[in-house]
Amino acid sequence: MLTELATEAAVLEYSADEMMSVAAARALRDGAVCFVGIGLPSTAANLARRLHAPNLVLIYESGTLDTRPEELPLSIGDGILADSALTVVSVPEVFNYWLQPGRIDVGFLSGAQLDRYGNINTTVIGDYDEPSVRLPGSGGAPEIAASCGEVMIVMRHRLRAFVEGVDFITSLGHGSGPDDRRRLGLTGAGPLRVITDLGVLQPDPETRELTLTGLHPGITVEQVRAETGWPLALSPEPLVSTPPPTSRELEVLRSLRTVGQ
Amino acid sequence: MAEIKTLTDAVAELVHDGDSVALEGFTHLIPFAAGHEIIRQGKKNLTLIRMTPDLIYDRMIGAGCASKLVFSWGGNPGVGSLHRMRDALSHSWPVPLEIEEHSHAGMANRYVAGASGLPFGVLRGYAGTDLPAHTTTISTVTCPFTGEQLAAVAALNPDVSIVHAQRADRAGNVQLWGITGVQKEAVLAAKHSLVTVEEIVETLDPVPGAVLLPSWVVDAVAVAPGGAKPSYAHGYYDRDNAAYRAWDAVSRDREKFSVWLEELVAP
Repeated sequence: MLTELATEAAVLEYSADEMMSVAAARALRDGAVCFVGIGLPSTAANLARRLHAPNLVLIYESGTLDTRPEELPLSIGDGILADSALTVVSVPEVFNYWLQPGRIDVGFLSGAQLDRYGNINTTVIGDYDEPSVRLPGSGGAPEIAASCGEVMIVMRHRLRAFVEGVDFITSLGHGSGPDDRRRLGLTGAGPLRVITDLGVLQPDPETRELTLTGLHPGITVEQVRAETGWPLALSPEPLVSTPPPTSRELEVLRSLRTVGQ
Repeated sequence: MAEIKTLTDAVAELVHDGDSVALEGFTHLIPFAAGHEIIRQGKKNLTLIRMTPDLIYDRMIGAGCASKLVFSWGGNPGVGSLHRMRDALSHSWPVPLEIEEHSHAGMANRYVAGASGLPFGVLRGYAGTDLPAHTTTISTVTCPFTGEQLAAVAALNPDVSIVHAQRADRAGNVQLWGITGVQKEAVLAAKHSLVTVEEIVETLDPVPGAVLLPSWVVDAVAVAPGGAKPSYAHGYYDRDNAAYRAWDAVSRDREKFSVWLEELVAP
């Protein structure tokens, strides 16, 4: 009996990254149509599809619609995505016919830098012409952030990444406040949830500034503030405590292999 | 009509120093063999156009083939950075590199405009982002019917587009399938085009979702089995993810890269 309890406790040890992926997966509702970025979003989306959201529709920018890979792709265009897709369309088609008119519910992104209004930088750290770090650039993200019904962001919560203002707006969040998206004619609601390895941030309904709305188990408000580059406000609602990962969630997450690994 | 040639002859005849060249293939069917041949022939001052520069342009940039890069996402997918590209941008090694940067949607629409014979493409894109301030080929246009302001992007019409396909027939008609990316648009937008193929077959049996490029829009077809490795050719071989990971260490280090380059160009 004691041995069994000890075994169960050992199974439920988990990393901050695992908590982040599980929390992000839970936030995807079954049946949603989701445009998935590679890396953390792809892991969480494929986890969700194996747990509570078997009817989650995954779309990758390589043109693979409703793909159901058995293993995680390393790139957004691995063969396993095409093999398991309902259909494969060209790149102009995925952006022009599927993304642009607002057919996608959730855009699921990550980034190198995120600011207090949910703007994302994946282009440069520092000045554009003389950057201290040259990052990969835009990819599909600017139009995903603009045109999906809403945007969900998953990224590790670090002080150098969660900044007052991004060095470069690659993908627009809420701009500089409540009116920017409307003024620019953007149809999507922008980032409504940022899931990190520490907790959950959501925009204030009035100011659109990201506020802390949830904490993962064992994380304090002070810890989150220490890793956030702006004076992080707390949501007026009581903070939501993320339930720890279940053994089932961890089992499925740990069973996800990346192709070729 | 496409002529069937050796890859060496096709590159020598179609790619000239100073040309704008697009080697397309979105993760899938990346024309590595053609890129390597361009390196071997020592082409210089190319404007390299490609949505995802990937390892192939990292290699061509490191080899000094390019003076300008037109792109929308420059990383080693799932692995990290393209260090030869970064070295060229920050330290002009081996030669200075200018960039013209877009989003994927912008690049895709630039190829669509080019293929359509139009001067620009139109999309809802770039709104509120910092790219338009740095990229002269991004502008705006007002819809004459609704008054909506939209993004306009200059058409892409490369001097040469190069793609890799699964197969062609003896007349030079080309068939490719799986993730088809922007290859059709890139070929139709270009002044000249070269297609490398896994094999030449007697008849092109229909394949679901295949793109067919008629012989009369292609200048040359060259047989290059395995010509997309370490990317992949759907139905022929898989993406070599281990090779993508292994490239990181080579790309990070000028000396390791130089050794790789010497081996590539060795007769």
